Amino acid sequence: MRTISKEYLISELERIIIEAATVLDDEVVTCLQVGKAQETSKLPIHIIDEIIDNQLIARNERIPICQDTGVAVFFVEIGNDLHFDYNLTDAINQAVRNGYINGYLRKSIVNHPLDRKNTLDNTPAIIHYSLISGDRLRIRFAPKGGGSENMSKMTMLTPADGRQGIIDFVVNTVKNAGGKACPPIILGIGIGGNFEKSALLAKEALFRKLSDEALNPLDKKLEEDILKAINETNVGPMGLKGKTTCLAVKVNSFSCHIASLPVAVNIQCHAARHKEVIL
Amino acid sequence: MSQDIIKLTTPISDEARLKLRVGDLVHISGVIYTGRDAAHKLMVQAITSGETLPFELNHQAIYYVGPTPAKPGQVIGSCGPTSSYRMDPYSPVLMENGLKVMIGKGPRSKVFQAELVKNQAVYLDVTGGIGALLSKRVLKMEVIAYPWLESEAVHKLLVVDFPAIVAYDTFGNDIFE
Ligand code: SF4
Repeated sequence: MRTISKEYLISELERIIIEAATVLDDEVVTCLQVGKAQETSKLPIHIIDEIIDNQLIARNERIPICQDTGVAVFFVEIGNDLHFDYNLTDAINQAVRNGYINGYLRKSIVNHPLDRKNTLDNTPAIIHYSLISGDRLRIRFAPKGGGSENMSKMTMLTPADGRQGIIDFVVNTVKNAGGKACPPIILGIGIGGNFEKSALLAKEALFRKLSDEALNPLDKKLEEDILKAINETNVGPMGLKGKTTCLAVKVNSFSCHIASLPVAVNIQCHAARHKEVIL
Repeated sequence: MSQDIIKLTTPISDEARLKLRVGDLVHISGVIYTGRDAAHKLMVQAITSGETLPFELNHQAIYYVGPTPAKPGQVIGSCGPTSSYRMDPYSPVLMENGLKVMIGKGPRSKVFQAELVKNQAVYLDVTGGIGALLSKRVLKMEVIAYPWLESEAVHKLLVVDFPAIVAYDTFGNDIFE
């Protein structure tokens, strides 16, 4: 049995929370540059330049990339040879508290959806746990902004709707979001499972590397076709028209019921911040 | 900077404002005020009950923002725009009381657009998610009303070359169409 001290866990998480908010992955920057090279008119080029300049300033001066430093979302994989003599959820929330306060990040969480009182420390985090073999703890973190999350959608299609049904639903979701989701966007799509599983698949898909392709050939083909269809919508950077609406599409699938075809689309804005640590 | 960026100084004159056209790139310099949902609600309440407003609206500009806290030594934290459509129910009353420039992100309602044209006001769109870059264009920040709203309080900002795009002009043109 291996243990990880609470202090170490909290300090490592605090570090990745602050780093995620201020440093955009090089992969995202490269995709933005590729998109810009394809644009021919003034506005999309101007907007992509602003986004690239912004992340450079954010990185160099450790200023949050975006003022919406989001809901703290975690995927936590726990090796079954690990032992914790403290409450892991409490420790993660403590790290969120520390990171958002010490990192001068914006606190955007309200206590109850209707009374809407700010919790002032960005807790509680949203944490998804799973078990893995071994004695390691893998934690992936993303601060997820409200603008793009608000434009995300889930639906239950019928098996007869099939592949084309999925593509149409995704394209309509993106068109409907327009500039509100801060394009260029990245899409996490979950197909199959059931009602809640599809949403979780979509969220986790957003944690994949941009260069990564789905292993299943059906999912991979869907990723390619959806990306192409979306970049033909002319939504463009910030919804002001152009070719660069979407930087990447990630499809994660799961087995499902004979009668069902659940589909969830989780939209990620260009401030695609995430960070991982293995302890 | 390329010469096709229009320089605007606040308060923006009628002449300069009426010349703006959808798609123009502008740089704003001077004083602008901040406000989001909660501050808008309070300002509209103040108007209906005849109380004084945090600032004189006449010819002024409001920017929809809720910045991250400033680090020691910083004027302001990350300060990009929030979605403007949530301010649609409040903006007409403010325009009737002299507000001429609104700055935020994304499309707004048809009702808002009609009121905007009636009041000969303009709506400027700022790229979302570039709050670090924008923080460099703010020289001074001061809370002038509703401090308990924290990042949503009304702030007076002194900005220089604050970048925006004309999204709705005084002629009823719409960049998102
Ligand atoms: S959608 Fe993303 S980039 Fe846009 S304001 Fe929200 S967090 Fe920032």
